[in-house]
Amino acid sequence: MTQPLLEVRDLHTVFSTKEGMVKAVDGVSFELNAGETLGIVGESGCGKSVTALSIIRLQRPGRIVGGKVMFKGQDLTRISEYEMREIRGREIAMIFQDPMTSLNPVYRVGWQVAEPTRLHHGWDAKRALSGAVNMLGRVGIPSAAARARDYPHQFSGGMRQRVMIAMGLTTTPQVLIADEPTTALDVTIQAQILDLLRDVNREFGTATILITHNLGVVAGMCQRLIVMYAGKIVEAGPTMDVFANPKHPYTWSLLRSIPRLDAERHEPLRPIEGLPPNLVDLPNGCSFHPRCVFKVERCGRDVPALLQVGDTQRAACWVTQSGAELKGA
Amino acid sequence: MPEAAVKKLTMAWTANDPLVSVSDLKVWFPVASGVMQRTVGHVHAVDGVDLEIKSGETVGLVGESGCGKSTLGRTVIRLLKPTGGTVRFKGEDITHIRGEHLRGLRREMAMIFQDPYASLDPRQTVGDIIGEPIDVHGLAKGRERQDRIRELLRVVGMNPRFADRYPHEFSGGQRQRIGIARALAVEPTFIVCDEPISALDVSIQAQIINLLENLQSKFKLTYLFIAHDLSVVKHISNRIAVMYLGKIMEVAPGGQLYRRPRHPYTGSLLSAIPIPDPKIELQRKRLIVQGDVASPVNPPSGCRFRTRCPRAREHCAEEVPPLESFGEEHKAACFYPLD
Repeated sequence: MTQPLLEVRDLHTVFSTKEGMVKAVDGVSFELNAGETLGIVGESGCGKSVTALSIIRLQRPGRIVGGKVMFKGQDLTRISEYEMREIRGREIAMIFQDPMTSLNPVYRVGWQVAEPTRLHHGWDAKRALSGAVNMLGRVGIPSAAARARDYPHQFSGGMRQRVMIAMGLTTTPQVLIADEPTTALDVTIQAQILDLLRDVNREFGTATILITHNLGVVAGMCQRLIVMYAGKIVEAGPTMDVFANPKHPYTWSLLRSIPRLDAERHEPLRPIEGLPPNLVDLPNGCSFHPRCVFKVERCGRDVPALLQVGDTQRAACWVTQSGAELKGA
Repeated sequence: MPEAAVKKLTMAWTANDPLVSVSDLKVWFPVASGVMQRTVGHVHAVDGVDLEIKSGETVGLVGESGCGKSTLGRTVIRLLKPTGGTVRFKGEDITHIRGEHLRGLRREMAMIFQDPYASLDPRQTVGDIIGEPIDVHGLAKGRERQDRIRELLRVVGMNPRFADRYPHEFSGGQRQRIGIARALAVEPTFIVCDEPISALDVSIQAQIINLLENLQSKFKLTYLFIAHDLSVVKHISNRIAVMYLGKIMEVAPGGQLYRRPRHPYTGSLLSAIPIPDPKIELQRKRLIVQGDVASPVNPPSGCRFRTRCPRAREHCAEEVPPLESFGEEHKAACFYPLD
C-alpha cells in the first residue's frame, strides 16, 4: 500500500457553549489517497463540516483537543499558524457551500481568483491575473478575460461557485475540500458543477473530500465514503459496497427513507423515527440507539468502536459486528 | 346580491369538476429604477399559466429557483393578486373577490411554508399559533378551542401538552408539524405546500412526507405540492407540472413524466437529479444543460427554454409553443419534443 496523502487520526474538536461542551468531532479517523474522491455524508450537526475545517485549522471557535492530521509527514494540528498558512490555500484548498458570502463583494473577481498565486507563489499582479483568467476559462466561465473584471454580484450562483473552484485550483493543490458545494444551487446547475469537479479530479489529479448530505451526489462522485452521526464515523467503505449492503443501521435506514426518482411503485416511505440527538447531552452507548430498529441491550450501555465488518467496510455497531445481517420489512 | 350569485355558481360545481382551475394566469412584479423609482419593467414571475387541480389529488409543481412556482402557489390561494387571467375555486371565479367574501374563502384553503423557523412567531405559544386561525374565523372558544388545539397537535404526531411551549423549544421537523397543525386548524379542503421539507434534515423529511400523505387520506385534502426536488415530488404527487421562467413546460402523471419526458427541459431536469445508487449513477447518460436561466424581466421570445435547449431551432424564437396533448393527461409545450 502506498502512503495516504492525508491521514486524520482520532481527531477531537470541541465547542464550549452555554449549555456545555459539544464534542462536534469525537474521535474521527480516516485516510485520503492521492487522486481519489472521498465522500463525507451526514445530517446537519453531525460534525462533517467541523472535521473538514479542523483539517485546515479553521475550526475556530472550536478547539482541536486531540488527534492528528498527518499531511506530508507533518502533523497539521501542531505546526505554527505561519506554517499552516503555507499549506492552506496552496496545498489544501477549500470551497464552501455559499459562493456569495465566500467572495468579497468589493473586489473584482479576477483579483480574488489571483490572490492565492500572489500570496503563495509570489507572482506579480499581472502574471497572477493572467493565471486567474486562464483558470476561469478552464472552469467554464465564458469570456473569462472580460468576466475577470466583474464583481461577484454580477455572477449567478453557479458561476460564483465556478469562480470559487477556480480560486481553489490556481495553486494546483493536492487536496480540495468541497463543503456542500452544490447545496445552494439548482439541480441543473448542480449537475454542471459536479461535472466540473469530476473533470478537475481527472485533469489535475486533485484528491477531493466532498462533504454533502445528499446520498445521490455521493453515489455519483465518490469511490469511498464515510457516514457520520453525532460527531462520530458510524460507517466507512467503498461507495458501491456501502450502498449495496450497509453495515450500520443508520446508513441502512437512511437509504430506505429517501424517495427515489427511479422507484417503480408508490410505497410509503420508511422514515427514521425520532430526532438526531442533542450534542450537549448524548445518549449513553451508541448515539443512534434510541432511533435504531436493530438495537440490543448492549447498545444503550457501551459505545461501539469503528471495526471491520465484512470484507471492505467498517462499522461502529454492536449488532453487525456480532455477525448479524441488517434486514427488515 | 353578489353572495347569492356566488351561491348559484357553487351549486353548479360538482366534485368531478376541478377543485382549482387556473387559466392564463399572469403575475408580474414591477421593477423600479432611478431617483424617481419609476417602473422600468416587470418581472414576469408567472406568465400565462393554465392548470387544473382535481379534488383529492396532489399536483406537484417543480422548477428551479425563480421559475415562479411559489408565486403561482400563493396566487392560487389569493395571497398575491394576479395581474391577469383567472383563478377558480369550486367553479367560482375568485380572481378579484375581497373583504368578507375572501375571508370566507380562507377557511377552505391553507398554506404550509418552507422555513419552519421564520414561519412561526417566536413570541406566541404553540397553542396560540395554532389557535389564531380558529380565533380569526370564530370557529371555537374557551374549552372547545383548547380541545381543538390539542386534537390538532395529536393529529400531527405531537404531544398535546406542547401547546404551552414556544417554537424555539422545538426542532425543525417538530416546527414543521406545528405549521401543518396551523394549516389544518380551519379544516381546509385545499393546501398549498411550499417546499415543506427542503429545510429539514434528510432523516426527518420522510416523517413529514408520510404525515402529509396520511393527513390527505384522513381529511380528503387536495394538495399543490411545490418543491425543487423531483424525487420527493414524484413520490407524493399524482400529477406533476414542470415550470420554467413563469410558464408550465410539461404536465403529466409522475411515472409517465419520469419514463417518457417530452419536453427537453424535463429531460435535462430528470437527468440532473442524482440517484442514490452508485450502480445507476456510474452508467447514467447525462444530459447537462449549459448556461443559466434567462432573466424573468426580459424573458426570451418564443419558447423560454430555447436559450439553453439543445434542440432549439429558429421557429422556437418566433412563436410560443402551446401546451399540447401527448396522450392522456400528458401535455408538453414544445415544437420539437423528445421521443
